[in-house]
Amino acid sequence: MTTAAKIPSRESAAPHLHVVGGAFTVEKVRRDFPILSREVHGKKLVYLDNAATSQKPRAVIDAISRYYEQGNANVHRGVHFLSEHATGEHERARRTVQHFINAADASEIIFVRGTTEAINLVAQTYGRTHVRAGDEVLITAMEHHSNIVPWQILCEEKGANLRVAPINDNGELLLEEFEKLLGPRTKIVALPHVSNALGTVNPVGRIVEMAHRRNIPVLVDGAQAVPHMKVDVHALDCDFYAFSSHKMFGPIGIGVLYGKSAMLEEMPPYQGGGDMISSVTFEKTTYNKLPFKFEAGTPNVAGAIALGAAIEYLNGLGMDNIAAYEHELLAYATEKISAIPAVRLIGTARDRAGVLSFVIEGIHPHDVGTILDQEGIAIRTGHHCAQPVMQRFGIPATARASFALYNTKAEVDTLAEGIRKVQEVFA
Amino acid sequence: MADLRELYQEVILEHSKAPRNYRELAAANHSAEGYNPLCGDHFTVYLNLEGDSIRDISFQGSGCAISKASASMMTQTLKGKSRADAEKLFEAFRKLVTTGQANGDQPQLGKLAVFSGVSEFPVRVKCATLAWHTLQAALEGKQDTVSTE
Ligand SMILES: Cc1ncc(COP(=O)(O)O)c(C=O)c1O
Repeated sequence: MTTAAKIPSRESAAPHLHVVGGAFTVEKVRRDFPILSREVHGKKLVYLDNAATSQKPRAVIDAISRYYEQGNANVHRGVHFLSEHATGEHERARRTVQHFINAADASEIIFVRGTTEAINLVAQTYGRTHVRAGDEVLITAMEHHSNIVPWQILCEEKGANLRVAPINDNGELLLEEFEKLLGPRTKIVALPHVSNALGTVNPVGRIVEMAHRRNIPVLVDGAQAVPHMKVDVHALDCDFYAFSSHKMFGPIGIGVLYGKSAMLEEMPPYQGGGDMISSVTFEKTTYNKLPFKFEAGTPNVAGAIALGAAIEYLNGLGMDNIAAYEHELLAYATEKISAIPAVRLIGTARDRAGVLSFVIEGIHPHDVGTILDQEGIAIRTGHHCAQPVMQRFGIPATARASFALYNTKAEVDTLAEGIRKVQEVFA
Repeated sequence: MADLRELYQEVILEHSKAPRNYRELAAANHSAEGYNPLCGDHFTVYLNLEGDSIRDISFQGSGCAISKASASMMTQTLKGKSRADAEKLFEAFRKLVTTGQANGDQPQLGKLAVFSGVSEFPVRVKCATLAWHTLQAALEGKQDTVSTE
C-alpha cells in the first residue's frame, strides 16, 4: 500500500443511492442534510430560502473537514506529497465540474468566488477589450443586481449603452423585443438562465441562436439553474456560463466561470499575481495557460474539492430525477399558495423553476417574513437583489419561497398554514 | 405566538392600516426622505417648523406594519413639541426598541411604549426607527435621502 492511500479520498464516501427504479425518495435525501433536523423557535425548520443559499449534505461537510484534517497544502507549487495530492484533488474537482455541465475541456472551467465574480471577470476582461464608446450591452428586465452593475460599470467607463430587454406581466422575456434589440453595436448579451426573483426559465438555447446569428457572444447567469436542472453548456452553445457553489449544495466562497476556450484564450487576465503567470521578470511577464491565467493567487482548494463532492452527490441522485421531483413540488406549491385568498403570485411564467414569489394584499412582505419565521419557516422577503424587477411589477418587495431537492409537499402545507396565520394576525 | 402579539399589538396594527397624518404637508418648510434598502421601506417626513416648535408634521410612503405604525404614532406624538423634545423622545424610543426598557428620567413615551416588543426582533429595529431617522434628517435640513444601512 502506498502512503497516498492513507488519505481517504472522496470515493470512499460515495453518496448513497436514493434512486431506485427512477423513484426519488425525499425522506432519504433529507437525512443527508444534517441541518434539516434542527428546530427554529421551537418549531421544525422549514427551509424555503434556497435561492439565497442551499443547505449542505453530509458528503460536502465531510469533504471540507477531510481536506483540512488530512489533505491541506497549497497547490501547484510544492514537490512534497501533500501539495501534490491537494493539486490532484483540486484538478479532479475541475474535471468533475467540466463533466457536470458538459464542457469540452477542463481548462474551460475557471474557479472564482461565485457568480458575481464570474460576471465581473467577463465584464472586466472580454468587456473592456471589446466594448467601445457607443457600443451596447444587452441584458434583460429580470436580472439580479450582479448581472446589471458590472455592465453598468463597464458602460460608464467606455461610454457604451446598457440596453434592457423587456418582460411581460407573467415575467417572461419578450423574444421579439429581445431580438429587435440585437443590433450592430451589441457587443455582448447577458441574461439569467433562471430568474431568482420570478423563477422564470429563459429559453437560453433560442436566445443564443439569435445572438450568434449576429456574431454576438452570450453570457448566461446560471446561479439559479444549476441546482434544479441538467445544464449542458455544449447544447446551449453559450459563450460563458456563471454559477455559485453555495446555491447548489456546495460550500460558500467558490463558484465557476465556464468560457469557450476560444474566448478565454484571447481575453486578457483579470487579476495579476501568483499562479496566473508562467514567468516573471521586471521587464516582462508571460501568462500561464488556461485556466490558470484567470486564477491569480492561492485558490479556494477546500472549496473546489467540496464543490466536487456536491456535484458527485447530485450525480448520485441524478439531475433529471431532481428536476422531475422539483417540477411536481413547484406545481403543488403554486396551486396550494395561489388558492389562498388575497395571495397574488409574482412571476407566473409557463416555465419556472425553484421559486415562488408572492404578495399578500394589505400585508407587507417583511411582516409576512417575521411571522412565518416564528413558525420555523425561513423565506426571503425584500427585493431579492432585483430592484428593477420590483419596479416592473410596481411593488416594493415580495415574499419568496424557494425550493430545493429536499423540500416536501408537507412543508408546502406548513407554508400555507403559516400564511393563514399571517392573515389572522392582520385580520 | 406570544412574542408575535407583543410585536404586532392591536394599536400598531390599527395605525398601520389607518395611518394618521398620512399626507403631504402643503405648509412644510422642512422635509426628508428615508429609505431602508434591506426591505424597500420608503418614507417622506414633512415638517412645518416655527422657530423651535413643530407646528405640524406629516408623512407619506410605503413600508411594513411596524415602520408605518411607528411613523404614524411619531407624527401624533410630536405635533406641538419642540425640537429638543423630539430629539429626547427619539433617544428614549431608540432605547425602548433596542432594549425593551424605558428610561426612567427620559421624557414620557406615552403610547409609543407599545413598540417595546420590537426589541425581541432585532432585524425589525430599523423598521421602527426609520421614520425617526427621517425626522432627524428633516430637522437638520439635510437634503439627501437618509438610509438605515
Ligand atoms: C440569478 C442570480 N445571479 C447571481 C447571483 C449572485 O450570486 P453570488 O452572490 O453567489 O455571487 C445570485 C444570488 O443571489 C442569483 O440569484
